[in-house]
Amino acid sequence: MHTDNDRNPGKTVTLSGRGLTKTYHTGEVDVHALRGVDLDLYLGELIVLLGPSGSGKSTLLNILGGLDVPTAGQVFFGNTEITAASEGELTRFRRAHVGFVFQFYNLIPSLTSEENVALVTEIAPASMRPAEALELVGLGDRRDHFPAQLSGGEQQRVAIARAIAKRPDILLCDEPTGALDSQTGIVVLEAISTVNREIGTTTAVITHNTVIGAMADRVLHIADGGIASVERNTERAAVQQLTW
Amino acid sequence: MKVLNRKLLRDLWRLRGQVLAIAMVVASGVAVLVMSLATLSSLQETAVTYYERHRFADVFARVTRAPEQLAARIAGIPGVQHAETRISKLATLDIAGFEEPVIGQLVSIPEHGESVLNRLALLAGRRVQPDHPDEVVLSEPFAEAHALTTGSRLHAIINGKRRALHVVGIALSPEYVYAIGPGALMPDNQRFGVLWMGRKALAAAYDLDGAFNDIALSLLHGTQPASVIQPLDQLLGRYGGIGAIARADQLSNWFLMNEIDQLGTMARILPTIFLVVAAFLTNMVLARIIATERSEIGLMKAFGYRNTEIGWHYARMVIAITAVGIVLGWVIGAVFGKVSTELYAEFYRFPLLIFEPKPSSFAAGALVSLGAALTGTLGSMHRAAALPPAEAMRPPSPPLYRRTRLSTSRLAAWLDQPTRIILRQIVRWPGRALLTSAGIGLSVGVLIMALQWIDSINHIVQVYFYDTQRQDMMVGLVEPQSATAAYEFAHLPGVLAVEPMRIVSAYLRHGNRSHRGALTGVPPGAQLQRVYDASGHVVPLPPGGVVLGTKLAEKLGVTAGDTLQVDVLEGRRPHLQVPVTGVFETYIGVPAFIDITTLNRLLKERPSLEYANLLVDEAARPALYARLKALPEISAVMLREAAVRTFHETLAETLLIYISFFAMFACALGFGVVYNSTRIALSERGREMATLRVLGFSRTEISYILLGEVALLIFVGLPLGCLAGQGLAWLMTSAFETELFRVPLVIELSTYGTAVLVALLATAASAALVRRRLDRLDLIAVLKTRE
Repeated sequence: MHTDNDRNPGKTVTLSGRGLTKTYHTGEVDVHALRGVDLDLYLGELIVLLGPSGSGKSTLLNILGGLDVPTAGQVFFGNTEITAASEGELTRFRRAHVGFVFQFYNLIPSLTSEENVALVTEIAPASMRPAEALELVGLGDRRDHFPAQLSGGEQQRVAIARAIAKRPDILLCDEPTGALDSQTGIVVLEAISTVNREIGTTTAVITHNTVIGAMADRVLHIADGGIASVERNTERAAVQQLTW
Repeated sequence: MKVLNRKLLRDLWRLRGQVLAIAMVVASGVAVLVMSLATLSSLQETAVTYYERHRFADVFARVTRAPEQLAARIAGIPGVQHAETRISKLATLDIAGFEEPVIGQLVSIPEHGESVLNRLALLAGRRVQPDHPDEVVLSEPFAEAHALTTGSRLHAIINGKRRALHVVGIALSPEYVYAIGPGALMPDNQRFGVLWMGRKALAAAYDLDGAFNDIALSLLHGTQPASVIQPLDQLLGRYGGIGAIARADQLSNWFLMNEIDQLGTMARILPTIFLVVAAFLTNMVLARIIATERSEIGLMKAFGYRNTEIGWHYARMVIAITAVGIVLGWVIGAVFGKVSTELYAEFYRFPLLIFEPKPSSFAAGALVSLGAALTGTLGSMHRAAALPPAEAMRPPSPPLYRRTRLSTSRLAAWLDQPTRIILRQIVRWPGRALLTSAGIGLSVGVLIMALQWIDSINHIVQVYFYDTQRQDMMVGLVEPQSATAAYEFAHLPGVLAVEPMRIVSAYLRHGNRSHRGALTGVPPGAQLQRVYDASGHVVPLPPGGVVLGTKLAEKLGVTAGDTLQVDVLEGRRPHLQVPVTGVFETYIGVPAFIDITTLNRLLKERPSLEYANLLVDEAARPALYARLKALPEISAVMLREAAVRTFHETLAETLLIYISFFAMFACALGFGVVYNSTRIALSERGREMATLRVLGFSRTEISYILLGEVALLIFVGLPLGCLAGQGLAWLMTSAFETELFRVPLVIELSTYGTAVLVALLATAASAALVRRRLDRLDLIAVLKTRE
């Protein structure tokens, strides 16, 4: 089994995991979702985690984002060990450093686009203005619309704006295009790519769509709870060129 | 359908917290109804049985002295089944260790065998024996109040002579269920008691050999008391009869029936309000629970279940939840009904107790609750079933919110996003918000309605015992005495002021309406016994006319300016025409006041008095008591402080216990509403809460959004509840009106405060429970699934 042993001493590590293991006990069966994964995320890079459903990629992302705790292993954010943090410290970590984008957007239906973004900027330090974040994802003119008045792609872009408005160190996206058609998916991926380029956020995108791997700096193939292989793109493909 | 049954059981188990909370609401309504009606029917049944078994008489009459032979003529009046003559007298008692004078009602019983009517229920010892003239049987409450048992001794001034009496038995009588001393309002077992003595012993003591001064009649079935009373009064008139009374007017029975009536009013109105409130809440909560089952309903339809099958499945769920509440309510109601009946029975000292809750009250509680629950869920069920299955299985499309003027106003800058979520949620579903507020409001209202009784009672005490009566004590005389008696009272130790009073039994008539009561004569401008209107002013007493309490004026259909026909039942028994000069509001009794000089003139008697109201120097009380105990002509001594105390004690033993049960159920109601509203909100918005947690909101911050909404609705609900409480209390007090009592609508600020505080505590408790669930929110699971 591969590990992300492809160390690069010239780059700054934003987030790193060591020996990450996750075992679920369901009834009498133990499910090994992760089996000792090592990986580093470097400052400003965009990685894509590719793998079939059940391969453990979501579990990995949740543990990296401080949403879940590993059965064994450690996660470091800079010099801080996330896996040793208390509930309150985890909340503060997510609040200040991590942006999440979900497959089903999870916007608050009672808030407008701008207010959904403000939800985060109000509690995070050093965030940008909500309008600015919406401009970044190309929705400057939709700021007063409620989720019910937006298309799926637009809702997902609001979710991205909401995730990056705090200028997070890490942006974690779990199947961001999973609920969208390919055309809308492209627009959403473009937004993610723009954010990664323009504010230099370390970005991890989970998908089972192999085409999307082309837009990444690195592609990690996840299978059976481990990193099966690592693929490095010398050049990131423009999102516009992707088709599926 | 077997799988559906299993699903039903598992769903109930999954929702167990809410099932229990809804059951609590249902149970409160049902329990209150069952408790009230069970208490009422048991008391009625117990009283009737007691009266029957101990042969409580139908007609009672008093005379000064009549020959025994008259009894045969009385027994001959058509409709009379049996006539039993007696001797009954009031005497001052002296009980070792008790400073104040005590009044004893002496009643004769046969020395051989048992009385035919008003039979004693002998609880201890034996009846009196012939040739032992000093033997007495004591009434149980009196004996207990003074720790007297068989073998004890006490002293009495009987016809001027001090005699030692020997207690041989303890008993109860249907005639003295409510043992009330002359002029008193509530039983005071320390200062008034009934003593049964041998007929011969009493006849000898009062010089009534071959004569009687009291007679009791039983009537043949179906005989109207009035048809017997008229010829009876004619026979007794020349022997000093003051008018016979039917059982309905007999003091003890009148009080007892008044109390049962009051209880009846409460038993009808309070539970009705409760049940309606509970039904409304059940309805609201279940409707929302069914609405959250929408996707499952879609799924079942997709599998091919018919709408009726799905409807029946959820109907069974609702029935099961409600049934838990109904059964709980039955059990709690029956238990509390038993407890409350026992308390009443103990208070009234019934020698027997028949606990007989009517099945109809159980059925009524169940039907109303089930009906309300099912109609409540019908709407949501119909809406869910009407959707095409695919649509029902999709999560409802995000509801469209709107910006209101608030969010574009300047105020908006001050609102953070969580607060906006709260406000938009309320604006988006105003009906739901209103229902939650109303639910909380209603439970606060019910609580206020229950608690305001204490305020009303305190107000009654203030008006009746302090504003109206300012005497420290009232002394009654056996016979009316000349006005000079007032001077004698003035010379007793410690007496600072004396005011004479006369009470004359009379029929008051106007047109074809009549009331058997009395005229109370007091001096104009009386300072000790004032004619006082409950609205807070003294009513002038012009010479020549009567001033009536409003309830009496209403009963007789008179207003100021009308003329009242007064048939006096004492002395020369004159028939008078007296103008009504005024009407005033009272809370207790049906008084008719008249200037005492006018009264004496109308009676064609020299100035005389029957009662003396005294203002007393506190320090001289012991000396005064010692003198009063020795005076032979005293028939009653009423101490105001003791009267206030017994009034409070009596109510604490009956009404307030009942009220505290209601207060408890109101708390359960409030808790149930808040817990359900929050739990449902959590199940509807768990995903939103989890999203916020992932975005970096702390537990406290997301609790703010969910519980803040509830808090806001509660703050709206509390003033609504205070208003509702006022309305419900008004409804209750206006329905609660007997000849004995009118309950004023008085709600102290502290009562609102208590009710609000209790609601807040119930809210805090349920919020804490929901907060625990929020803390355990599974972030990943919530985000993974679509809904």
